[in-house]
Amino acid sequence: MKPVSSWGRLSADPHYVVPLNDPSKVENLVCRGPQPGVAHGMGRSYGDVCLNSEGTLWITTGLDHFINFDESTGRLVCEAGVLLRDIQRLAIPRGWILPVTPGTQLVTVGGAIANDVHGKNHHVLGSFGDHVQSLTLIRTDGELIHCGLNERNDLFAATVGGMGLTGVITQAEIQLRRVASPWLDTETVPYANLGEFFELADDSEADWEHTVSWIDCITGDGGRGIFMRGNSTNVEFRPEPEGRKLSIPVVPPVSLVNRLSLRPFNMAYYHLKRWQAGPAIMHYQPFFYPLDNLLEWNRMYGPKGFFQYQSVVPREVGQDAVRAMLKEIARSGDGSFLAVLKTFGNRQPVGMLSFPQPGVTLALDFPNHGERTHKLFERLDAIVREAKGRLYPAKDARMPRDLFEAGYLRLNEFMKYRDPGISSGLSRRLMGS
Amino acid sequence: MSNKKKIVIVGATSAIAEHYARLWIEKQPIDLTLVGRDAQRIERVASDLKVRSSESDIRIVQAVFLDPQAINATVESIVKSGRVDVVLIAHGFLPEQADCQDDLETCRKALDVNGISPVIYAEAFAKLMAKANYGTIALIGSVAGDRGRKSNYVYGAAKGLVTRYAQGLQHRFAGTGVKVVLIKPGPTDTPMTAHLKGKGAKLAPVEDVAKQVFEGVKAGKPVIYAPGKWWLIMMIIRHLPAIVFNKVNI
Ligand SMILES: Cc1cc2nc3c(=O)[nH]c(=O)nc-3n(C[C@H](O)[C@H](O)[C@H](O)COP(=O)(O)OP(=O)(O)OC[C@H]3O[C@@H](n4cnc5c(N)ncnc54)[C@H](O)[C@@H]3O)c2cc1C
Ligand SMILES: NC(=O)c1ccc[n+]([C@@H]2O[C@H](COP(=O)([O-])OP(=O)(O)OC[C@H]3O[C@@H](n4cnc5c(N)ncnc54)[C@H](OP(=O)(O)O)[C@@H]3O)[C@@H](O)[C@H]2O)c1
Repeated sequence: MKPVSSWGRLSADPHYVVPLNDPSKVENLVCRGPQPGVAHGMGRSYGDVCLNSEGTLWITTGLDHFINFDESTGRLVCEAGVLLRDIQRLAIPRGWILPVTPGTQLVTVGGAIANDVHGKNHHVLGSFGDHVQSLTLIRTDGELIHCGLNERNDLFAATVGGMGLTGVITQAEIQLRRVASPWLDTETVPYANLGEFFELADDSEADWEHTVSWIDCITGDGGRGIFMRGNSTNVEFRPEPEGRKLSIPVVPPVSLVNRLSLRPFNMAYYHLKRWQAGPAIMHYQPFFYPLDNLLEWNRMYGPKGFFQYQSVVPREVGQDAVRAMLKEIARSGDGSFLAVLKTFGNRQPVGMLSFPQPGVTLALDFPNHGERTHKLFERLDAIVREAKGRLYPAKDARMPRDLFEAGYLRLNEFMKYRDPGISSGLSRRLMGS
Repeated sequence: MSNKKKIVIVGATSAIAEHYARLWIEKQPIDLTLVGRDAQRIERVASDLKVRSSESDIRIVQAVFLDPQAINATVESIVKSGRVDVVLIAHGFLPEQADCQDDLETCRKALDVNGISPVIYAEAFAKLMAKANYGTIALIGSVAGDRGRKSNYVYGAAKGLVTRYAQGLQHRFAGTGVKVVLIKPGPTDTPMTAHLKGKGAKLAPVEDVAKQVFEGVKAGKPVIYAPGKWWLIMMIIRHLPAIVFNKVNI
């Protein structure tokens, strides 16, 4: 057994680690286990969705082979452990790009499907699952099933956003989209309060594909922040940025993110960005993946790790709910500079348990201060519950079961598709097994 | 004849070899021959490389690994289609030491696959490269070949055989157009060490090891330790006096 942590570093419980390297042997390996397992990609989820304390983890990163790419149609078939980074590297020079990508490219295709991840362009292109044509699933009874838009679409809808609980995805067919260059036309616009944020978001939807904002969770009343928007361009042939990598070399004894550091940092960041405001041409990597060159940045929260709290609430009540949450957070003095506010478009996801829904999503990191942090989350939960919103399981390590059930109305329908040989920390916590 | 570099990989389904191939095709289209024992498994590697570099010519050769006659014929047919720039001989397997002690068949297989087979392949290429006075032969040995240890001395002996063989070949080809490179990986995260990974062993990422192999082979280094720190570690282990060494549990 071996200790394994997810991105939040909240636990390091022992797991039986079983690498899956050869697709033809997956069946044997997942069938054999005496106790349930769950697939584990890059472990970029923050909580226990990719963990299975004292149980088995099937590590999928060895399933890293491309199978086919049709350059005329943009159809890519690859194994489930392929990294989004490798797809971008392959496709962009040939004029294709992943239609949807999360804020890090160091995740696997399987992980992106299982959490039905979203990017900055939800209002235009939905979530990752909207671009998956089909996939191959291996169940722990040995059955190998192809499912997709045209076959077994019920099982497909359970698997997209299904948190690995319906089987192990071994390969997927993804529709990429055309792109002219790796560069984007971007604009940075400071906003002074939430009202301005919503105006900017509405105004940007028609003309900008990508929108996101950083919000200052510390200054209290208004919710000032920095709005960023971008469109792909046809700018060509600029020297690509040097991918210089820095790393947080050790885990500091206490969180570097604390009440002392937060205020000056947020202040400085806001003013720096305000000063840099305006249009700019940006490479896709710093635009989509601002933190990927700072390796192991999750260590900066110290040995106790950190939580992320990501909610989505419907648009009608969005402004009030976000304001209320920010107020609670400011009052607590906790929080971090990694705070993201963005709107989701008006569209329904493919997956039964997919997180995105029309509305506004707020995501914040919190250093783990034990009881104090949990108390704050309970106050935030109350706001989300009241607003009829929900939390993102990919980021979660603690939500109460009733909040999960209230947020995910297709849960009962989903349960029929669960593979009884699969269980994760999260599934035991929120589904009872 | 195309002007693409001609690269041959024996044991092409090895994770280290595969990442080595990926580094080549990332830079430029090549003429690549993949030699392995299982057609389906080589096909998986070939399709992946084909997607990564549609301009490369990729050929698959299913071959045997112990019969010298057959190996000779395989190598001749590969070389017939054009002068080889680099051949990487990568195959191997890591037996449990206890199994080698309990079952002499396993012991023999470990010696055959890790020692005899790579040497016969290298010798077959050497014959033809000597004629052309051109090419690089790269062999994957192991840090395990540097000093026999109770935890894996049969495997280590086979790798030691490869080490001594590579030394001799380097001596033979000194001052000629043929280069010989011996690669000694430390513990690396590949399917070969999957069972060790489960036990929490510290393994180097295969991408990093492949990168050092790629750079080292390109530079024609005689010996590559990958990661590089293993040079120092093995130097110390090689020089430990028996009285100390015998007390160490490695
Ligand atoms: C810096 C950072 C930024 C992020 N930004 C975003 C963002 O903008 N939007 C967003 O949506 N998410 C975001 N995330 C979260 C991340 O995209 C998801 O958690 C993603 O699912 C992680 O993929 P992974 O390969 O690491 O999978 P893991 O975290 O290892 O696993 C995630 C889930 O996928 C399942 N799974 C993995 N592989 C398979 C498989 N082959 N078959 C079946 N199930 C499988 C696991 O069982 C688990 O349930 C971010 C994370 C980080 C660290
Ligand atoms: N990983 C390490 O820690 C490590 C350390 C030091 C040295 N090495 C050496 O590095 C080389 C590559 O290994 P790897 O780590 O990349 O492991 P790997 O991915 O497991 O590759 C092993 C390769 O050897 C082939 N092979 C195994 N048994 C064979 C047999 N009986 N006959 C013919 N071919 C056989 C395999 O072919 P199939 O695909 O057909 O099975 C595969 O191509 C090996 O020589 C190994 O000894 C590895």
